[in-house]
Amino acid sequence: MESLTPLLAILCPAIAAPLVLLSRNHPNIREGWTIAAGITMFALVLSMGPEVLKGDVIRFTMFHTMFKNIDFAFKVDAFGLIFAITTSSLWILVSLYSIGYMRSLKEHAQTRYFFAFCLAILGAIGVALSANLLTMFVFFEIITVSTYPLVIHEQTPEALGGGHKYFAYLMPAGAFFLFGVVATYYLTGSCDFTPGGIKALATTSPVAATVLFFCFLLGFMKAAWMPFHSWLPTAMVAPTPVSALLHAVAVVKAGVFGIVRMICYIFGVGLVDELGLWLILACIAGFTMIMGSFFAIAQDDIKKRLAYSTISQLSYVILGAAFLTKDGVMGAMLHIPFHAYMKITLFLCAGAILVGSGKRKISEMAGLGKTMPVTMLAFSIAAIGMAGLPPLCGFISKLYLCFGAWELHPPYGMIFLAVILTSSVLDIVYFFPIIHAAFFREPVDAERTNGGYVIKEAPTFMLVPLSITAAFSILFFIYPHTFYIIDLVQLAIVELFGGG
Amino acid sequence: MLLAEQLPVIIVTVAMFCGFTILLAGYLNKKSAFWISLLANIVFFALSILTLRHVLAVGPIKYWQGGWRPPWGIEYVVDAMNAYLLVILFFIVILIEIYSKRNVEKEIEARKHPTFYALIQLMVAGLAGITVTGDLFNMFVWLEIASLTAYALIAVAGGRALRASYNYVIMGSIGAVFYIFGVGWIYAATGTLNMADMRILLPVVYDSRLVQMAFAFIVVGIMIKAYIFPLHFWQPDAYTYAPSSVSAMIASIHGKVMIYILIRLVYSVFTLDFIRYYIGLDLIICWVAAAGILAGSVFAIKQRNVKRMLAYSSVSQFGYILLGIGLSPLSPWGLVGVVAHILNHAVMKGCLFLAAGSFIHQEGKWDIRSFEGLSKRMPWASGAFAIAAISMIGIPPTAGFASKLFLILASLDAAQYPFVVILLLSGLLNLVYFWRVIDRMYFVRHEEPTEGGNEGTRRLPISMTAPMMVLAALCIILGIFWLTDIPMPLINQILSDLSTGGRL
Repeated sequence: MESLTPLLAILCPAIAAPLVLLSRNHPNIREGWTIAAGITMFALVLSMGPEVLKGDVIRFTMFHTMFKNIDFAFKVDAFGLIFAITTSSLWILVSLYSIGYMRSLKEHAQTRYFFAFCLAILGAIGVALSANLLTMFVFFEIITVSTYPLVIHEQTPEALGGGHKYFAYLMPAGAFFLFGVVATYYLTGSCDFTPGGIKALATTSPVAATVLFFCFLLGFMKAAWMPFHSWLPTAMVAPTPVSALLHAVAVVKAGVFGIVRMICYIFGVGLVDELGLWLILACIAGFTMIMGSFFAIAQDDIKKRLAYSTISQLSYVILGAAFLTKDGVMGAMLHIPFHAYMKITLFLCAGAILVGSGKRKISEMAGLGKTMPVTMLAFSIAAIGMAGLPPLCGFISKLYLCFGAWELHPPYGMIFLAVILTSSVLDIVYFFPIIHAAFFREPVDAERTNGGYVIKEAPTFMLVPLSITAAFSILFFIYPHTFYIIDLVQLAIVELFGGG
Repeated sequence: MLLAEQLPVIIVTVAMFCGFTILLAGYLNKKSAFWISLLANIVFFALSILTLRHVLAVGPIKYWQGGWRPPWGIEYVVDAMNAYLLVILFFIVILIEIYSKRNVEKEIEARKHPTFYALIQLMVAGLAGITVTGDLFNMFVWLEIASLTAYALIAVAGGRALRASYNYVIMGSIGAVFYIFGVGWIYAATGTLNMADMRILLPVVYDSRLVQMAFAFIVVGIMIKAYIFPLHFWQPDAYTYAPSSVSAMIASIHGKVMIYILIRLVYSVFTLDFIRYYIGLDLIICWVAAAGILAGSVFAIKQRNVKRMLAYSSVSQFGYILLGIGLSPLSPWGLVGVVAHILNHAVMKGCLFLAAGSFIHQEGKWDIRSFEGLSKRMPWASGAFAIAAISMIGIPPTAGFASKLFLILASLDAAQYPFVVILLLSGLLNLVYFWRVIDRMYFVRHEEPTEGGNEGTRRLPISMTAPMMVLAALCIILGIFWLTDIPMPLINQILSDLSTGGRL
């Protein structure tokens, strides 16, 4: 069905960006644009839900390109809509949070910050709704470039170094992706996302297909799989809301989204299985999960620890997709929104701790539960969810991943099941000390005030969003139909694997 | 349609006479020089658009000078390719002239103004002449007019520019000699100078060493004039020391027209078959281009002077165009890349030079290391520079991305995989040296100068800002334009005109 709605949704941040620049002298109006755009976009995205659930695919063709069979077009299918809903709903919350964070810390260049934020969201929503690889590539690059000013926001040499590293990884990745796009078109004459894969790709030579697969994999370096992960912890020099939305949601999720898209909608599950590529991918993912967790344990800076946790968790999604089984892919798709909500809660809490107490180091966080109860409670909820324990949504996605592993051929099934469980245990290992210290250890007296800094809860602007995301992490467990998420995932699975 | 047939020759002759008019009028009133030149070029721009429309609707225009029939007389032929180039030529010239007014007032002493604009106008006439002519010797005449005026324009600033200009004179003259030798030998072999005629007569003598030698000589001559690596060494000095508007004009237009000669020669005089089967030069061209792409970028990384950096970047970008030419016997996308990049590069490089020129104009800053905080003091110019730089890197949706996409597709289509790698690598090298500048302008922390007493408060005149902004906007608009199917008719017309010999 042709409809203007996808375009309108994408236009929201696109229009908000120049408006933010124009009202740079009126902070309240400037932030008003962001919030208004966020709410409108979320409403538009959500309004497509019922239509998509009926089995319709909403399309919008902007223009035909010079290349035969490629349009610059948007397509809203079940899987794309999941990512779109995740991004757009969290943008509103993070914008609210940003207002509190940026103003409390009296950050400079706030206009540039909100402007770049709008563009990054534009990229993320574009990636979610694009109908083919070329369209996706355009938005992918928009994300990469617009995130740079956010990463180097502090403009210290350290921040600039982080930004340069960020580019040093992601720009070559873009080149690989571009090569993948053009090569796919050259090999098959098409680059549309087709459930079950592009047919013509299955008939090309296995070598070409394998090379293409790895080009795409390198192209999706945003997914931070090891050994190409180190840009992510370095990029944590960014202000916390940036780390939260972009490095737990938009940027890295665009990466894993791309990998799932590639496996299920470009190559097709059958071809990846035939070429044996799934095993390589699953090994990469498994390795990243375990190693990411170990690295996380070693970090004392809370944001660094969360960054490594993200690296580890992203690989759950990759692993689920690599299983190529119904439940595995389902787990992967579910983990995208669920992990987003939980991880964003953790990052928002980290930011609230920084604003409320000025602390970054985990070793200094003893007794924070008394002075900052709301923040630490939300943090604990999300941390439990990360480990995959009920009653949190992380449990659902990890359960499906385990089912997915169970369905594999005998030796592999048990191995990967063990990997998932080990990684979950490690999650507990690196989150539990924080919770324990916050609630059950007395603060050293000297730390009750931090150099004249009275420790108190962060401003309401920050507490409300993080409470909401924590609440949603529970809500998704109790009622996974919130925002149509589980229905959409089931629909996507039916599209891919057939059956009821 | 009688008038339309005469448009090309009107443009060229009137442009020529305008040059002299400006000189005379300039003695009476110094201010008039600029306005006459600008007005004339706006009219020429309108006429060239009419020409393009006519060519696309009706077909190539042929005009016989003095009514002499082609093999004896001089023929002017305009098909889709050169009509397109003509439009670009005048469009960029108009923008740069508007920009140059205030810039020239500052950089060049008042008594030289009429001469300056007269030279500009003569150079434009020369470039337009090269573009429309269908006769190889006539092309040489126009080529020399365009080159001599360029030597003078570069030298206008005096000082170090004199040396740069002198180098250019020497190299340019050597290039011209190469060219005229080649043309002479072809004349000896075929007895004609008319391109269309030559195309018919040449196949018989394709095997002749003389003809093959002639082709090689002409190519070398053009390579010097179009500063293609490794014959580019005169160019960075010339760009660096010339007045900013002259650098912009030469970088975005002069070189394009030079490379157009090569395009015309390869497609319309000789044929792709000749390039490929008789001398096997297509892949050699590709590799020369690839070497230029990489070398230009690597040299650019080493530069501190922003104009010199842009000059080396041009060397690299001309490699893109040459690569497209080299790939075109194997894939039609090669020529699409050439057509797109001629326009894209003119817009991007024009914008970059104008922005760089305005940094020098306003604050006297040419060293990239001194660019800290420039975005605060000159937001529009910095913005234009940043957009054009992003476009050079080839990030979608900008013009540079479209060129890159076409050329990558051409390389794949031609099964020449190494060039895919080189193109992608070049994008990353561009990132290295352009992002360095953006970082300095926008992101590196710097000490704010104390309030008051700094000249940064003086705003850049609108006549300098507006052309930059137009070009910067075009960087994005063209990026989308080349992705859509709107330019398809133009490109198809150019493809059919060139490969079937538009001059016939």
